[in-house]
Amino acid sequence: MEIYLDNSATTRAYPEVAELMTKLMLEDYGNPSALHQKGVEAEQYLRRARETMAKILKAQEKEIYFTSGGTESNNWALMGTAMGMKRMGGHIITTQVEHPAVQAPITFLEEQGFTVTRLGVDREGMVDPEELEQAVTPETILVSVMFVNNEIGTVEPIVELGERIKKKNPNTVFHVDAIQAFGKLSICPKKLNIDLMSVSGHKFHGPKGIGMLYVREKTKIRPLILGGGQQNGMRSGTDNVPGAAGMALAAQMVCDHLEENRAHMYRIREQLVSGLGNMDRVIVHGKQGEQAAPQIVNASFLGVRSEVLLHTLENEGIYVSAGSACSSHKRGGSPTLTAIGASKEERESAVRFSFSEWTTEEEIEKTLEVLNRVVPVLRKFTRK
Amino acid sequence: MFKAFLIKYAEIGIKGKNRHIFEEVLCRQMRHALAEVEGEFSVTREMGRIYVRTEGAFDYDGAVEALKRVFGIAGICPVVIVDDTGFEDLAKAVVDYVKEVYKDQERTFKVCARRAKKTYPMSSMEMNSELGGRILEACPNMKVDVHEPDLFLNVEVRQNIYIYSETIPGPGGMPVGTNGQAMLLLSGGIDSPVAGYMIAKRGVKIDAVYFHAPPYTSERAKQKVVDLAKLVARYSGPIRLHVVNFTEIQLYIYEKCPHDELTIIMRRYMMKLAEMFARQDGCLGLITGESIGQVASQTMHSLAVTNEVCTMPVFRPLIGFDKQEIVDVSEKIGTYETSVLPYEDCCTIFVAKHPVTKPNLNIIRRSETHLADKIDEMMDTAFRTAELIEIS
Repeated sequence: MEIYLDNSATTRAYPEVAELMTKLMLEDYGNPSALHQKGVEAEQYLRRARETMAKILKAQEKEIYFTSGGTESNNWALMGTAMGMKRMGGHIITTQVEHPAVQAPITFLEEQGFTVTRLGVDREGMVDPEELEQAVTPETILVSVMFVNNEIGTVEPIVELGERIKKKNPNTVFHVDAIQAFGKLSICPKKLNIDLMSVSGHKFHGPKGIGMLYVREKTKIRPLILGGGQQNGMRSGTDNVPGAAGMALAAQMVCDHLEENRAHMYRIREQLVSGLGNMDRVIVHGKQGEQAAPQIVNASFLGVRSEVLLHTLENEGIYVSAGSACSSHKRGGSPTLTAIGASKEERESAVRFSFSEWTTEEEIEKTLEVLNRVVPVLRKFTRK
Repeated sequence: MFKAFLIKYAEIGIKGKNRHIFEEVLCRQMRHALAEVEGEFSVTREMGRIYVRTEGAFDYDGAVEALKRVFGIAGICPVVIVDDTGFEDLAKAVVDYVKEVYKDQERTFKVCARRAKKTYPMSSMEMNSELGGRILEACPNMKVDVHEPDLFLNVEVRQNIYIYSETIPGPGGMPVGTNGQAMLLLSGGIDSPVAGYMIAKRGVKIDAVYFHAPPYTSERAKQKVVDLAKLVARYSGPIRLHVVNFTEIQLYIYEKCPHDELTIIMRRYMMKLAEMFARQDGCLGLITGESIGQVASQTMHSLAVTNEVCTMPVFRPLIGFDKQEIVDVSEKIGTYETSVLPYEDCCTIFVAKHPVTKPNLNIIRRSETHLADKIDEMMDTAFRTAELIEIS
């Protein structure tokens, strides 16, 4: 039996998505930029994909741009805004818990002369809205905060953050990395004062190699990828029609059942968290209940190295993630766990479980049973 | 432009009556190395020399790279071959050669003509002075120096005429397969691939054993060892890699023996297992990447205690090397980048914070008596269940 609990790394695609994409590769394979009928057909698919995404986000179609994935969306949002806004100021605000696809471009911008403020978080990974408001100045061109933390699942107070940023400086661009949030929460960027929002296709049963950036109308952002002028010249490159159509179909399917999926995953989450609570020396990180994302549980099994537990579970057919602490030479490298003040021992023994709508109660039961069996054995053999 | 390579060999030249055996093996290794390269190559021995000749178009850089990995080769000379159609044509070919290879560089040179075909109408001395004169006329930047020239321009008259002057250094050593076979204890680290390379360089065929400890070491760690074995095999030729599941033994030692002795006892059992595979494969010795004092298990005392279980000779080619010297070799042979990938190996997972550095053999032996119950059976299982991966 295979129990896949690494859905925040990637998900299995919906069969319908794979089917549609096969059709778009074998039959309707035209290039939307071509003038002939094949091109027109392909363009229809692309247009429908954009319509679907716009409808889900309650946005306009012209605010939807397809990219090669979450990393490109984040890079473009940050670098494109920095370039488009550099005359208005040179200050950028972010947090210490962002994904590397946000942290690295911001570090790059810092090297180019921008000033960066990196806000800390509390023990549960939450950014303090008050602190953020204090940090915003007339010089602040960009704030980037993730919606759902990819390591511990904390949902940041995006509503309040958006209000406070705009109150303090209406010109500041607000970017939200919603890669772990899309398909798990119902999001309307406009209502949340979000100017830019990143989405990745394969986190919600769509294909890899496709993502999306929501760009609110009139946001000053420069294109990052230049070329043939596709997507209004904002993102050149032959349109990835199978990817965009596949992602849109997955988005539609996941959002059609959003509430019931959420409820299901919260039940699963509660089952796992309470099971872990009965275990000795296990610490569950982050917020609990409705303030946590439904699909992520991060726990430290003190006295057991994450990598070892991961491989032991793997032998039982259970797939989890060891966060970013996969290297023996750079142990405890997890930015989020460090930022929430987790001890070295906690960081070295942290494992992330992440669910999808397909995760069952039996699977969690089996996982808990295996954990209760192997963890005490593994604890016997540790470095002294 | 180049149609052939003249191969200069290293120590084989000083061998006596069995020199032809070494030459034959060297030719075989060269053919093996060139099999992967685009082009038609023929490797022949003639009159105490080895030539690689080519037919038609071929991948020149690829051929040179392949030959640079064949142990036993001291130098590779790219050769231009011209037909003997009279001295005027030859003189033109030689001048063209110098212009092409040296462009406008300022060099001193000396022509070294040799006539294997003694019927050639000019003597070697005549050829030297005449060809030298033609080069001086045509290339104003070249100067003659007969005592310490920058380059020797060799012109050899055989059935055809061979022109060459450049020597690309080879790896040296002896052809693999001329010196028996040995078992390398291969970990994922920097040292052991270098140790394997160095022993293979002396003509020894290499087999390898890797100790895998799932779930404490990952599949990726194993893949890394396979990748390292492949990199070593580019020089050493095919390697039989035995992957031993060592977890049970390791945990048993952990349970029964004092923790600070864990690594040293574990290494003793690794050596014993390696020797079992060595015997099975017909090896005559073991190879390790140990270097005195590098870590606790490689102090003089530790090495002596580890060595005590072996009945075969253990070769430790890096024994007097500093870490940086080992790193330099690993960078040269291309294993460094793979070696430093961060996957845990089985030697480090349970290592004590303060392992013994001066183990006492009697104490270690006494600790090992605690393992008496099950260890023989476990060793036997580990030996029998090992996975064999053929690396070529």
